[in-house]
Amino acid sequence: MKFAVVVFPGSNCDHDAYHAAKHVLGQDAEFVWHKDTSLAGADAVILPGGFAHGDYLRTGAIARFSPVMASVKAFAEAGHPVLGVCNGFQILLEAGLLPGAMLRNRGLKFICEYVGVKVEQTDTPFTSACAPGQILNIPINHGEGNYFADDEVLDRLERERRVIFRYVNAAGEAAPDANPNGAARNIAGICSERRNVVGMMPHPERACEPSLGSGDGLVLFESVVKTLAEQGRMAVQK
Amino acid sequence: MKARVFVTLKPSVFDPQGRTIVEALHSMGYGGVDAVRQGKYFELDVNAGTADEARTMVSEVADKLLANPVIESYRIEIAQ
Repeated sequence: MKFAVVVFPGSNCDHDAYHAAKHVLGQDAEFVWHKDTSLAGADAVILPGGFAHGDYLRTGAIARFSPVMASVKAFAEAGHPVLGVCNGFQILLEAGLLPGAMLRNRGLKFICEYVGVKVEQTDTPFTSACAPGQILNIPINHGEGNYFADDEVLDRLERERRVIFRYVNAAGEAAPDANPNGAARNIAGICSERRNVVGMMPHPERACEPSLGSGDGLVLFESVVKTLAEQGRMAVQK
Repeated sequence: MKARVFVTLKPSVFDPQGRTIVEALHSMGYGGVDAVRQGKYFELDVNAGTADEARTMVSEVADKLLANPVIESYRIEIAQ
């Protein structure tokens, strides 16, 4: 299968995502410049982390208007898998592909550390190979990951099982002390109504090899391959 | 024509920066400041025939880009 990794001016995790997909997972991957309108025939799209357009105004606010985003939106609306990581999640929120918004971290500090992330739901293209309740040890790296939505939206996300990842402590509990940034209900990631668009603040692409500190993130990439193979959407190249 | 746009967080949204500022003010001895809410201020030079036209365009700009309606609201002033 083929991953498209969108590159905005200021993206800085694009190579990590490309490396994870191509060299660690062994699938095809291609960079797509933000001014392109073609997604290079990809089966899945990744909006990587970084500071797209400098994150001027608000995180993701300018990136949302990059030409490629119209294609990403159409791709998402057609039901194909789209993963937004960190800044990519912030862009999905600004673009209205996922509900809610990001606020500055509760403690105002930029946080770069490994956190415990519980996989709450496995029926998305990016968690299908996870065990229910699996806890991933992967890093966060952001100044604005304090997820906000009003109670009505949060209740709806819970009811529709669209909270996909939560920050948890060593006991696997989404306790206040496990919440690094003040995110509502310890939310680290959510999905769209159709479940094919997933946004998350933690960085799975930076934790795909034990030599980098953790290999826990690779299962998200393996999940896409599994889901697409099950749907018969593509021939798995191995 | 000049337009001014004031973008503020909605009252229901926690403002970590405002909280930190008010705590700093308290430590500086300004106990009389009860709360601070931080926001953004934009000055736009707009080319429009009338103040109403300017206001309509600037509202559109604020809705689409300057403010995020999920967390922010805005107020516009048009100066001739």
